Order: sequence, then structure tokens, then C-alpha cells
Amino acid sequence: MTIGNLVTLKTDPANTRAAEDGHCLRLQQVNLYYGDFHAVKDVSLDIGARSITAIIGPSGCGKSSMLRLFNRMNDLIPSARVEGLVEFDGVDIYQSGIDVVELRKRVGMVFQKPNPFPMSIYDNVAFGPRRHGIRNKRILDEIVEKSLIQAAIWDEVKDKLGQSGLSISGGQQQRLCIARVLAVEPEVILMDEPCSALDPIATLKIEDLMRILSTNYTIVIVTHNMQQAARVSDMTAFLMVGEDRAGMLVEYAHTNEIFTNPKNKKTEDYITGRFG
Amino acid sequence: MINMFPSLKKGIGKTASLTSPRPRWGERIIEKLILFNGILAIAVLLGVFFILLRQGIPALIETPFYSFLFGTHWYPVSDPPTFGILPFFVATMWVTVISTVLAVPIGVGAAIFLAEVAPRKVADAVKPVVELLSGFPSVVMGFIGLVLLSPWVQNTLGLSSGLCGVTAGIMLAMMSLPIIVSVSEDALRAVPDEFRQAAYGLGSTRWEVIWHVCVPSALSGISAAIMLGIGRAIGETMTVLMVAGGALALPGLPTDPMMPMTAAIASGIGNAVQGGPQYHALFAIGLILFILTLFVNLIAARILDRQRRKFAAG
Repeated sequence: MTIGNLVTLKTDPANTRAAEDGHCLRLQQVNLYYGDFHAVKDVSLDIGARSITAIIGPSGCGKSSMLRLFNRMNDLIPSARVEGLVEFDGVDIYQSGIDVVELRKRVGMVFQKPNPFPMSIYDNVAFGPRRHGIRNKRILDEIVEKSLIQAAIWDEVKDKLGQSGLSISGGQQQRLCIARVLAVEPEVILMDEPCSALDPIATLKIEDLMRILSTNYTIVIVTHNMQQAARVSDMTAFLMVGEDRAGMLVEYAHTNEIFTNPKNKKTEDYITGRFG
Repeated sequence: MINMFPSLKKGIGKTASLTSPRPRWGERIIEKLILFNGILAIAVLLGVFFILLRQGIPALIETPFYSFLFGTHWYPVSDPPTFGILPFFVATMWVTVISTVLAVPIGVGAAIFLAEVAPRKVADAVKPVVELLSGFPSVVMGFIGLVLLSPWVQNTLGLSSGLCGVTAGIMLAMMSLPIIVSVSEDALRAVPDEFRQAAYGLGSTRWEVIWHVCVPSALSGISAAIMLGIGRAIGETMTVLMVAGGALALPGLPTDPMMPMTAAIASGIGNAVQGGPQYHALFAIGLILFILTLFVNLIAARILDRQRRKFAAG
């Protein structure tokens, strides 16, 4: 399998299969290690396209590590090692020959701390498209405007596109970061505790935005805020640290079910606030 | 009320009055000491500037400023003496430009390698070695230039003498490299990892992350590093005295033997009669050097300031 695989997915039978049962991302018996440390253990789950999936669990249970499996962000840590099958659109993204740059273009990521680049708002949004070869000013203008509108921040920044991306408020910065991801037209948006540095009003704005975006994008969000998971997600995965300190999947079901009728005692204990 | 911290209460003991505080002598002495140190540093700086002015101005009165700066003849012991420092000034420019052209790309490149590409272990091993390079006494560097570099330059460029501007410029580049590498690397390391992650997350290649995110974010620090490197090249004396060739004629080419301003002062001051015209003329050169480096520093400060305002939060 080669780089071409990710590009010509549309005709791949595996892709058709994935599309038929609506799965966009799939983990099968996945283990993740950082050196000797077993961070994620034996996780299997399927994530549907154009839905919001929340990953919840106590601190240090491997939520973020699991999220970073989907765009191979763990590759940046030299000691990281992945076992098992991680699929995106029916393609094993850890096989040799995968174009990680192309993968990350299609599986975008929003981080915990708003991290706009120290450049203008315009340049922040145009960063991705420029890296992918778009030079035409008119096209860039269009992309920037469209992305900022999609990220529900256009009205607030349209008169100051030349100002530093760091000059706006934290909540605006996070929406700018979302616009920056949207500008490369991904299919999946991974969000790693995107609201943990924001105030409640900014948080609600981001949540509204996620609901709107989920009609077109597959969103996976890591959160340690259970109310957020309950408010915003369709499916919820509950992770916990096992006895061997490795994070494992305890329960994965529709959000309603997890919060009203959890199958697992540990899930119930966690969502009712008995630990965590 | 129950005393929850009996030991604490005992430790505080009698409470002092709020309206007539204890004198706190230690605090006052330290405050005064710090104030004194601050004033002393400024006084020394002003003192040096004042001496330069006092000793240099007479030369600029005797020789009009224009002919001093743009005169091409330096005959300090003729009768009457002629003081034109253009050859020295041009020599300083040549060696500084050569040094900068060589040291900036190599230095910034090395810093990028150390901060962004090399494994941490390699970077931690190499950086102290690079910094050690700046610890070599300039006379040793001059010696190396004299016996190793100048014959090579002479043969390679087919010159009549290897002691020339090119040789001096190369040696100065070596001497300003450590500071450029070290300061640039620190600037790159100070770029928050979040920026790199965000760029990788958008599907950037490693080179794009370095060139479009890390370097622009660290640009103020890198500019400062370059300015410090230039400052080092302008002010360096012993090495250029040894390898630049020491010719008093106006150097038309970088391959000509030449005498930068620092070398002119160092070689002339031993023979100058104290208080005489040559003595004052040498101080005037010092004054111009001082203004030159001040200028470089002001540019550096401006760049830093503009960068800071551009990227400032809030």
C-alpha cells in the first residue's frame, strides 16, 4: 500500500464498506506505548462519520494519547509505539507508506491551549492552504472568510484581519484555531479538551459551533467535563486507568445511555461523581 | 476560640503596632545598595563617553569633521600631520560585511540544526563546544589566522599577501559564530511547542514547520543574535590587527591589505604623544567606533521592539 491509497480512497472497496456502515475511524485492539509505559491498552471502537464522539475519563487515563492515535500526532514523541489496527476511512493509517502530512490534512486537530501562531489573524487561517500550495490571493481571501464564518468568529474579527492572532481573547483564539483547521478542509476534527482554558460563555460558543460543524465533519472530543460530553456528544467513550496503569476502554455507547443507564459499575461511579 | 496553630502564634509573638512600623534596617540598606550599583553603572558609562568626547573633540576641531571622516590620508607624523580615517572606516566595513555574510547563514543554520533537527543528546553535547569557541583569546585566533588561514587564502585567491580583508573577515566570522549560534538557538528553543504541534496538525512537513513557524516566531531573538555578532566583528581588535594586513591605503577590494579602525587605534596609541594631535585623532576614531556600535545596538533594539509589538498579546 502506498501514499496513493489515501488519495484514491473513494474507489477503494474497503472505503465503500466503511462508508456503508458509517464508520469513519476505527480502533481494533490498539495498544500504545511510550517507551516502557503502556499508555493505552487493548482499545477497540468504531466512530461514525458526521457525529460527535466524546472521550471522557479521569486525568491520566490516556484520553489525549488515544485521540492522538487518529492523526499520528504521537509520532512526534520518539519513544511512542503503536500496536493494533487504526483505520481512517477503511485504511490502516499505521502501515508503511502512509503520507502522514496528507493524513493530518484530512484529520485536523484543535488543542487544549488556544495556540494561534504569532502572526496576523489572516495569516493564521491562510497558513494551512498556503502550505498546501494555494498562492492565489483571491482564493486565499475566500478560504479565510469562509473558514472564519464557519468557525463563527467572522463578525468579531472581519475588521482586524491584519492584527496579531494573539491580540484577541482566549475564546476567540480557540475559534480562530478551529477556523485554521477548517481552512484545510479536513474530514475529521480532533479536539483535545478545547474548552479547558476558556470561560463558560466561550465554552458554550464552542459547543454550539461543534453541533453545527457535526453536520459536515466527524468530531472526536476529549473532555474532562462530563456535562460537556453530555451536552454535546452523540457517542461517549469512557476510559479508565487499569491496575497496570494503562488506560483502557470501560464503556462505549450512546451518550444518553452512558449518562442515564450505564452498563458498567465503574462508569456509573464516575459519572455520578464518586471518583475521578 | 480554639487556637488551631499554637506554634504559629508563639512564633509571631508580640504584634507590632500598625501605625509605627519597625524600622527594618536590612531592607533599607539593600535598597540603597542596589540604587548605588545602578548609579555606578550609568556613571561609568557616561564617564567613558565623556572621556572619549573630551579627548576626541580637539582632533575634530583641528581637522574638520568632513575631512577627518572622508580624508584618505593618515600621516600622523608629517608636518603638518594629516588625519583622514576613510581607509580605516572602509576597512572596518569590509571585514564586518565579510564576517556577517559568512557567519549569519552558517550560524543561523547551525542554530536551526541544534534546536530543531538534532536529537536532544547531540544538541546538548555540541552547544557547549560551540560556546567554548568564543572563549578562545582573540590573539590565539589571530595566530591561527596568521599561520593557517592566510597562506590558504593567498594560494586560493592568488594574492601577493594572505594578510588581507578576506582573511580578517573569515576569522571574525569564526569569532562571531558562537554568539550567533548560541543566542539564535535559545530563541528557537523558546518558541512554544504548541506552535509546532499546531503546524504539524495542519499537515505541515518538518521543513515547513521550521521555516514558516519556528524561524518567524524566533525572529526577534535571531535578529538580536545577528546584531550581537556584527557588534563583535566591529569591535574586535587583536585578530584584525594581526591578519588584516595593516595597510594605510584606501582598500578598494576585500582582498587588499587593510587596517580596520580598531587596529588603527591599537597600533597607533603606543607611538602617540599624550595630548598630541595623533593622540586626539585616535580618540576621535574611538568615538566614531562607539557611535557605530551604538547605532548597531539601536537598530537591534528597534527590531526587537517592533517584533515584540507585532506578536504581543493583548
